[in-house]
Amino acid sequence: MVDQLLNISVGIILLSVLLSMFRFLKGPTTFDRIASFDTMTISTIGLIGIISYISGRGIYIDVAIVYGLLSFLGVIIISKYLENSL
Amino acid sequence: METLKLIGAIIVLLGSIFLLLGSIGLVRMPDLFNRIQAGTKASTLGTMLTLVGLIFLNPEWTGKLVILILFVLITNPISSHVLARAAHFCKIKLSDKTITDQLAEDGIEDNKNEELNNIKE
Repeated sequence: MVDQLLNISVGIILLSVLLSMFRFLKGPTTFDRIASFDTMTISTIGLIGIISYISGRGIYIDVAIVYGLLSFLGVIIISKYLENSL
Repeated sequence: METLKLIGAIIVLLGSIFLLLGSIGLVRMPDLFNRIQAGTKASTLGTMLTLVGLIFLNPEWTGKLVILILFVLITNPISSHVLARAAHFCKIKLSDKTITDQLAEDGIEDNKNEELNNIKE
């Protein structure tokens, strides 16, 4: 029962990453692409957590922490660069 | 023990549904600022619920997961705020249904451009 619920959650999160990828490819402006990139990486942090429980390796949680840090820095730096105030 | 894991799995499922709702909002909203609103808030709640469910599933990882939850809770609103501010100063158009624009009414934009010019000179 628990494994089935976790597999369904992985499927739903992959679907949401796919929808964000649609906005990433379509988006009219650069800021739409940055917003969808932000949503995509935040969803992927949850996905990495679930995969870490399924495979039973706690080291993936550290990978998720570093991934979130890189996503945060990327969004901030690209926004400040486009605002012309870096 | 088994009941605790079942509760955790249900919370993880709830969080993933919130992530899906955020992505649907990101696709369907008419405007950049509405997209930032829908995408960031729903995905913050969804990721936090997913990680809380993982604490119920495996209590040994509580320390790392609490650090990750606090990190997401602090950094995600900051990044969406910086993104919306940069988009407003780059003069991205609002949608037709938007009624007020407080940041443009306050005239912060002109002051900011003057400051930028002073820095560049």
